[in-house]
Amino acid sequence: MKKKIKAIALGIFLMGFCFTSSANGAAEEFPVAPPPMTEGMFPCSSCHASMETNRKKRELKEEHTQIKLHHAETMRWCLDCHDIKNRDKLRLYNGELIKFTESYKLCGECHGPQYGDWRAGIHGKRTGYFMGSGKRTYFLCAHCHDPHEPKFKPIKPEPPPFPPTDRKHGN
Amino acid sequence: MTALAGLSLPLLSSCAKEETEDFLQKHFREMTSEEKKQMIAKLEQRYLQKYGREFQISTKEAIPDTLWGYGLELSRCIGCRRCVYACVKENNQSRHDPQLQWIRVLRLKRGNLINLENSDHYYNPDTVPEKGFIYLPVQCQQCQNPPCVKVCPVHATWQEPDGIVAVDYNWCIGCRYCIAACPYKGRVFNWSEPNIPKEEVNPSVHYLGNRPRMKCAVEKCTFCIQRVRDGRYPACVEACPTGTRKFGNLLDPNSEIRYIIDRKRVFRLKEDLNTESKFYYFFEA
Repeated sequence: MKKKIKAIALGIFLMGFCFTSSANGAAEEFPVAPPPMTEGMFPCSSCHASMETNRKKRELKEEHTQIKLHHAETMRWCLDCHDIKNRDKLRLYNGELIKFTESYKLCGECHGPQYGDWRAGIHGKRTGYFMGSGKRTYFLCAHCHDPHEPKFKPIKPEPPPFPPTDRKHGN
Repeated sequence: MTALAGLSLPLLSSCAKEETEDFLQKHFREMTSEEKKQMIAKLEQRYLQKYGREFQISTKEAIPDTLWGYGLELSRCIGCRRCVYACVKENNQSRHDPQLQWIRVLRLKRGNLINLENSDHYYNPDTVPEKGFIYLPVQCQQCQNPPCVKVCPVHATWQEPDGIVAVDYNWCIGCRYCIAACPYKGRVFNWSEPNIPKEEVNPSVHYLGNRPRMKCAVEKCTFCIQRVRDGRYPACVEACPTGTRKFGNLLDPNSEIRYIIDRKRVFRLKEDLNTESKFYYFFEA
């Protein structure tokens, strides 16, 4: 009898341990860099909590005027990704709310192959230490692709090397 | 050997003490740990004088069970040359007279990947990527069968156990046979005393990697030996704005580079030359 109680107690203890550790694991699935927010924007609820919600697709004239939606815009609007009730969270298809630091889950709902590669460290970028206990940082999808306008913009290249005919500087 | 050294001492008496010390310094691989320590102390003193900075010179050996491999995704490179300049800064290359760069970004007409002789690395448009072109960054490919090592007449360059082809800059005689032998143009030469601005010098160095070099030494990419032996990504990997560059341990089945080789369409440059390079180019499949 005593043995049984002990076994049950141990079982409950172990279960509790599993749950807490998995919860911790979920919170820090990847060591991502802080999401690229415009300064002073977050938390969104500081403005939105007191505002009336308007689901209508429209041109934003007062705030967020810099956002140009070029991301399947014919079939999408803000509230498809941002949760209507809790503006500080993003929303998956199944209604689950996620933090901005987990935004890769939302991107992964459409971009499956890229998401798989990102989880393996192939699509996207990681910096810091790849081995050992040193600090590592994973870039979120949104660090490189503006979620509202994800296509890469052309950039200015660094200068070319001096040609060998340039006797003064070249090699 | 001692007789030779004795003979040369009076000959060198007119030279500076520094030059005499360098002349008598052993090959890196033949030094005892005590000799290495003395040599490092001497070098740190010298760099402090020259650059006004406290250097940390590592002689860290290869980590057991590692063989470094590199991955570069051609469908993502935009030819912006951020990697080139991050490398120059990290690895203390001479900025001008001579200008030395370990990464060369080739621009090729789209659909013309095989004709490397038609490539251009002096392209300079206002913005990249340009329509109709692809970019192919080339650096030392850390061959497993390196032609440069074979031709060195004094064994100043060799392959480390983790696959990095290293150079003992002090042992190098500047004959440049290795430059001629390399099919990737991976090596460059200090035609004159290198120029590194004092305020830009990187004081965290490895003896076989990014320590400041001298005139007449050959140098090349070492996969950032000073970083990767600590488990840190190379500087070019961290600098790339598009995440084109990947790095990892070929012997670890869970590494990023093994994921690429297992799942992507990879190729190695000039594979037909049997250099067995460890630099894998790949495409979005």
